[in-house]
Amino acid sequence: MPYNDGSEPLPSLPTALKLLIAGGFGVGKTTFVGAVSEIEPLRTEELITSASIGTDNLAGVESKATTTVALDFGRITVDQDHILYLFGTPGQERFWFMWDELSAGALGAVVLADTRRLQDCFAAVDFFESRGIRFVVAVNEFEGAYRYQAPDLRAALDLDPAVPIVTCDARDARSATGVLIRLVRHLLSSPTPVGSPA
Amino acid sequence: MTAVGAEQEPWLDEAAGRLVRPYTVSNGRTEPSTRMELLSMVIATGRQPHGHLEPDHAQALGLCRSPTTVAEVAARLRLPAVVTKILLSDLVDAGAVHTRSPGKPDDPTTTSVLETILDALQRRL
Repeated sequence: MPYNDGSEPLPSLPTALKLLIAGGFGVGKTTFVGAVSEIEPLRTEELITSASIGTDNLAGVESKATTTVALDFGRITVDQDHILYLFGTPGQERFWFMWDELSAGALGAVVLADTRRLQDCFAAVDFFESRGIRFVVAVNEFEGAYRYQAPDLRAALDLDPAVPIVTCDARDARSATGVLIRLVRHLLSSPTPVGSPA
Repeated sequence: MTAVGAEQEPWLDEAAGRLVRPYTVSNGRTEPSTRMELLSMVIATGRQPHGHLEPDHAQALGLCRSPTTVAEVAARLRLPAVVTKILLSDLVDAGAVHTRSPGKPDDPTTTSVLETILDALQRRL
């Protein structure tokens, strides 16, 4: 490494940007990340402060707990000034949506859905709606799964008409990249999140 | 056991994983001196670090030769993000690493950034 006496300017750094890939356990989040990423998906463990919720906690008593979660992520270099990171949300945890750290700073999200277990993505849809984080729903077309029509899915998910629904094959780079393009177009078309808690 | 050069890989055992407890690396500290996020960018400044540094610091520094993120350094060191943040903040304190906060969606330049992302994604098709 060359010696630098401090008189030279600091090296310039690109800005990291974040998209979230959410959905239920086993819906293909890490597969999706791997399909679009320029690196093999990496895994890191982060300490997360979560509000612990019991199923019978109706008293509104919130207790905070710190848990460690594993996050899978990939990367797309946009240009020399911007690097896009895709984070898969940990689907095996029921209450990942309580984790503000994960969603803070996200430009937008993809909610992956499996029509055989559509209810698994409700939590993600609710979460992004409540936080004003814009998203698209991408139906990962598993073999053997019934092909629903978009209006039926929109009704089943009670989705805002503005939220795009697309189909994809999460294993396929082109298909998964198409989902991201749809998301970014959606973000560009509605600069101010509707219903955002300003 | 896989014991390889300090510059490349953490000291790992195939079955047991890392052979040193994560918080040993941070001397038991749980708070970094510089606030960092998973997507804070880091890069080596090229300056010689001043003060005493442990082998893990050297490994972390080695991963920062080109711009990268806290998340990537953590994944490659196979250390929890919080411990990695402590190592990297030590390197910031030692003048060896420069850091930058991640971009925010409410930044006024977001629209042009999104257009740049769109172009880049379309080129990948």
